[in-house]
Amino acid sequence: MTDGITPSQTVGPYFAYCLTPKDYDTREIFSADLTTPAIGGDRIRVVGQVLDGDGVGIGDAMIEIWQADPEGRYAHPADDRARGNSGFAGFGRAPTTPDGMYAFTTVKPGQVPGPNGKPQAPHIAVTVFARGMLKHLYTRIYFEDESANAADPILALVPDEEARRTLIARRLAGEAEPTYRFDIRLQGEGETVFFEA
Amino acid sequence: MGLIYPRESALAHPSNSFEGYRSTAKRHPKRPLVILPHTLSEVTGPVYGHEIVRPEDADLTLQHAGEPLGERIIVSGRVLDEDGRPVPNTLLEVWQANAAGRYVHVADQHPAPLDPNFTGAGRVVTDDEGRYRFVTIRPGAYPWRNHHNAWRPAHIHFSLFGPSYLSRLVTQMYFPGDPLFPFDPIFNSVTDERARNRMVSRFDLDTTQPEWALGFVFDIVLRGRNATPMEEPHDD
Ligand SMILES: [Fe+3]
Repeated sequence: MTDGITPSQTVGPYFAYCLTPKDYDTREIFSADLTTPAIGGDRIRVVGQVLDGDGVGIGDAMIEIWQADPEGRYAHPADDRARGNSGFAGFGRAPTTPDGMYAFTTVKPGQVPGPNGKPQAPHIAVTVFARGMLKHLYTRIYFEDESANAADPILALVPDEEARRTLIARRLAGEAEPTYRFDIRLQGEGETVFFEA
Repeated sequence: MGLIYPRESALAHPSNSFEGYRSTAKRHPKRPLVILPHTLSEVTGPVYGHEIVRPEDADLTLQHAGEPLGERIIVSGRVLDEDGRPVPNTLLEVWQANAAGRYVHVADQHPAPLDPNFTGAGRVVTDDEGRYRFVTIRPGAYPWRNHHNAWRPAHIHFSLFGPSYLSRLVTQMYFPGDPLFPFDPIFNSVTDERARNRMVSRFDLDTTQPEWALGFVFDIVLRGRNATPMEEPHDD
């Protein structure tokens, strides 16, 4: 037994040269491109802006995503369904630009099992870190062109239509690659639904 | 082995809205959080271990041609779950200011010198018993603009993954007896004193190396309890 867990503290303003060091001479181990040569499925981009309570883009945030492969399987020992050898790790990390934009290149995840054996609609788990946030926030990205959304048990926990819409990424028209837009509003008008996980 | 993640464990964390820390004002949700059942998406998480680190990642004093200035220290400890079981093969990322209290980050404008021999970023993976160890320089305190005469106590930032997405933790390690503790809203955002003290490392003579470096021990407890406790075998 222990006394309890170690508490969270803010990531602060100065994490980039360690956690997202693209602009520093530190070696980068995580990237915003999750694709591997062997991964199948539909290649997609997910882009968006992280905004504060004044609607101003947050330039010192970090977004992490965790997702299943196109067959709905996680690269983790707790998921014991057989996996192909695609090398798909399912994890990505991106900093925001000075105006709060982030972008990932990945593949559309498949459906994964949910509570009581009900399948969940394709989704990506998201964590948001920033200066001014004492602990990270959890949200989820769903996709507007998935009919499975209607039966998703987690989306069903958000009965308010307008709030639920903050969890659903919009497909952008006229992009060379299929691209979804998912903005993250920490506070105020159109505030994103966040979860207590 | 499966882990369960009691929700009450997370009460140790600070609230996302904390008046003393000004930047929280516009960066916390005002709507209540939606309680999320722990599905396969939450009880799984990124798995990164020894393949991702290089030996020099764990010694922040060896990353440049010369030796950094400041007081050399050894930081070690164990990563545990709430039952006290070691969390093996998990990645820790650490970053910190140099001995003068200055970060390499471009946004740090504190007029203290950069050290050409110190970047202040490291990585280390826990061994089979959940142990980690890295060598660095004791970071300096630094000013910030939160309020008049605001100084952060010396600290090292830690980022850990642990066994699942629910065990993800970003925290800060502090040094024992820091006189700035009573004045720091980030440290005091953890309102429970016992929880707050779990962020403070302890000086340790056993890991201190003669003529070389002071040892500080910092154990980290991640969310998660054993789902199926083993019955202790009884001989009698
Ligand atoms: Fe700091």
